[in-house]
Amino acid sequence: MTEKPKFVYVTYIASTPEKVWDALTKPDISEKYWFGYRVAAEGKPGDLMTATSPAGKLSHRDPIIESDPPRRLVYGWKPLEKDKPDERPSRVTFELEPFKGQTRLTVIHDEFDEGSKIYAMISKGWPAVLSSLKSFLETGRALESSWSEEDRKSTASAETHA
Amino acid sequence: MIDTAKFKPKTVYVIYIASTQEQVWQALTSSEFTRKYFWQRDVELEPKPGGAFALRLPDGRVNVRGRVVAYDPLRKLSTTWQVEWPEEFRKLPACLVTYELAQAGEAVRLTMTESHSWDVPDAILSGGRSGWPAILSSLKSLLEGGRPLAIAMEPPKEMIEAIKGLR
Repeated sequence: MTEKPKFVYVTYIASTPEKVWDALTKPDISEKYWFGYRVAAEGKPGDLMTATSPAGKLSHRDPIIESDPPRRLVYGWKPLEKDKPDERPSRVTFELEPFKGQTRLTVIHDEFDEGSKIYAMISKGWPAVLSSLKSFLETGRALESSWSEEDRKSTASAETHA
Repeated sequence: MIDTAKFKPKTVYVIYIASTQEQVWQALTSSEFTRKYFWQRDVELEPKPGGAFALRLPDGRVNVRGRVVAYDPLRKLSTTWQVEWPEEFRKLPACLVTYELAQAGEAVRLTMTESHSWDVPDAILSGGRSGWPAILSSLKSLLEGGRPLAIAMEPPKEMIEAIKGLR
């Protein structure tokens, strides 16, 4: 039996579920740690999650599937950039649990087809984004990863040639 | 030496830390650091392949014992893990724990890989899968802000049950 790809990542953050929730759903906060991306994910099921790249291009426009602030958020995931593989939408679930004055954040990214290239990309991406989120909420300073630099350069050059 | 080719990666955890490879390496290999973020355990490490490795509890008992398999300062540390305490965990075959460090922009990318030589059930893997995120989150907080996290946890019940069932 082959299992469909499923990515699971857990991180513990010295912050409250409310602050982690705001960081995941408000673009003014996300752009500070999500390598410049403005991610707007407040809303009811059926509303849209949108993400905008540092260069101002729309990179996501996906349905919010569940929203139970500040505990659980589920949205669809289909990157809109032209250089990303064209695959069916996958699904991202965030679970926030208070844990001894801290927050245990679990991210589950699933609903991929076997052999998904997007799965390989997000498996590298989430640890960088969530490490940066943790740094930002705990110390006020987000991370700059080489991964994000490369991503930004490729975005910039794609737009130059557009 | 053990045959590392028999060990297959079962759990991988990647975390980026705003620190230097020197500091992350020191945090992984010196008890002055491990006792702050690794559930009060002291690491004991003979710094060479084949050298002795242990994690010791505050009361002096040995929690984990093993051998150094790879020792490449600032880049890679791989050791075998034989759990000695709690006693019933001694039934578990030794696993292999590997840390790899790499510079990633201004941060260090730390990759922890837990590898096993047998068809290990998910219930037993649940121990590492719940423990490593807590330990490595605490390590990151300690190096970035000077304060580890307050995370204490017991092995998952499903893991304890699965170990009872081992011959």
